Amino acid sequence: MLEEVHLSLPADAEAIAALKLGSVVYLDGIVYTAREGVYQRVLNEGHPLPQGLGKISNVNFHCSPAAAVKDDGTYEVGGVTATASFRFSKYLGDWLDLTGTKIIIGKGGMPVDDYRQVLAPRGAVYLTTVGYGTGALLGRGVQGVEAVHWIDELGIAQAMWLFRVKDFGPFLVDSNLQGQSLFAEQGDLVNRNIDDLYTGLKEPVLHRYGETKDRTDELI
Amino acid sequence: MISNQSIETASYEIMKKAAIDIPEDYLAGIKSVADKESGELSGFVIKTMIDNYEIATEDRRPMCADTGLPRYYVKVGDQAAFAGGFTGIERALRSATARATRDVPLRPNRVHPLWRTEHNNNVGINAPEIEWTFEPDADWIDITTVHKGGLFGTDYRMLFPGDGVDGIKRFLLDTLISFGKRGLCCQPAIVGVGLGGSKDTCMQLGKQAACLRVVGNRNPDPKIAELELELMALGNNIGMGAMGFVGSSMVVDLHIEVGHTHTGGMPMSVHTFCLSSRRATARVHPDGSVAYRTDPKWFTPYHRRETVDWDALPKEKAHA
Repeated sequence: MLEEVHLSLPADAEAIAALKLGSVVYLDGIVYTAREGVYQRVLNEGHPLPQGLGKISNVNFHCSPAAAVKDDGTYEVGGVTATASFRFSKYLGDWLDLTGTKIIIGKGGMPVDDYRQVLAPRGAVYLTTVGYGTGALLGRGVQGVEAVHWIDELGIAQAMWLFRVKDFGPFLVDSNLQGQSLFAEQGDLVNRNIDDLYTGLKEPVLHRYGETKDRTDELI
Repeated sequence: MISNQSIETASYEIMKKAAIDIPEDYLAGIKSVADKESGELSGFVIKTMIDNYEIATEDRRPMCADTGLPRYYVKVGDQAAFAGGFTGIERALRSATARATRDVPLRPNRVHPLWRTEHNNNVGINAPEIEWTFEPDADWIDITTVHKGGLFGTDYRMLFPGDGVDGIKRFLLDTLISFGKRGLCCQPAIVGVGLGGSKDTCMQLGKQAACLRVVGNRNPDPKIAELELELMALGNNIGMGAMGFVGSSMVVDLHIEVGHTHTGGMPMSVHTFCLSSRRATARVHPDGSVAYRTDPKWFTPYHRRETVDWDALPKEKAHA
């Protein structure tokens, strides 16, 4: 059985340090969404962060909710699913420094070098969503919308949503404060069999430009 | 006469059904894959997904918040007539897309490729895609919607006749392994393989094979059916399960569709549908009645015809 952990947010340093690779995590408190639109706006264009963000939440969810603005101006949140995080690598160091964020939630993790060099030194870890399409399950964990920032400027998908959550999960711990990665460990195990799979299959007559010879390489 | 209004209403309904309710064939398929899974993490992922399907249906909320790129496949009966003409159908499909995006809600994923501007309703230039096909001896219209994620799990390669089945196997492995790592293609999935045609047809056939055939369905050509099973076994033998964790759950089913192609080539495409294989079909009859189902029945004998003339009785295959 996989270990199950419940964290209250903002998560404290001790609880984060205790997280183990492959543990199943549920969250209570407030998480915020931010992806390229928000990073671009704050880090590249210099717009200030919403006031007090760091005190309210230290969890950045790489997510665009399936949400709609109702006629009375309130919000309806349907499904909530993560988007692939590796694309946001270049922003994360500055973002963690600016916001004090300690937990990143997203799809698919990030390269292990990012954990070693960017997240772990800043006391931050990565949790991956499960599946990845657990939109309904996560949607049920969202109790309400605490605030939305920049919805007019960035649109529904890219806006910063602050969700009030309870039993929000499950997530799997992908990185710890030692900079290790569950995905990388599992990937190494899978890689051991790959050469055997290709044994006896002749190579195609036309290769592709830039084609890798090393099938343990990842595309990200 | 089939009215625009009945097409709009039926299309709106299938947009909801596709987003919320997992098709029963896929659910049965994923459960049987889960039974064979020995990897602890991969097994946990699949169990969580099955919980997620149940909650989606109970709460009437989308199973996955990346509601993909909603699109339509339309099959028009020869005897069907439309009060608003064909542009009326296209308008109805756009209207249903916009309404469902707001009401379900779906994520307004569609943006301009360069300016990243959007209309917040999944409608835009060439969006939603509408593919048309026809059916003899029918007075209905079948409308299928598919909501498929759009970023990972698809690739195309020009192979050559001499590459043979080895080439097909290698390219399938290449695609499944590269996009299966970290589960970027949201496996275990229905995998579609397109073989032949022009390059664009090849892509289209593979995508339709993944999205428009149900789990357990086999290609009517017995040799292709055999290859489908062989390739499925190959995919599940990679040692990779859900989310790229150690395991055996990669392919829930594998479908191959073929098209006659250039004599010098054997183009191949691979497409992975996802853990929330979202499809729903409505058949609208001239009296305005609508029947809903999850099997698109897209690949009819007429659709796969080989000859100039068509008669309703399938001809014996030359190699049978």
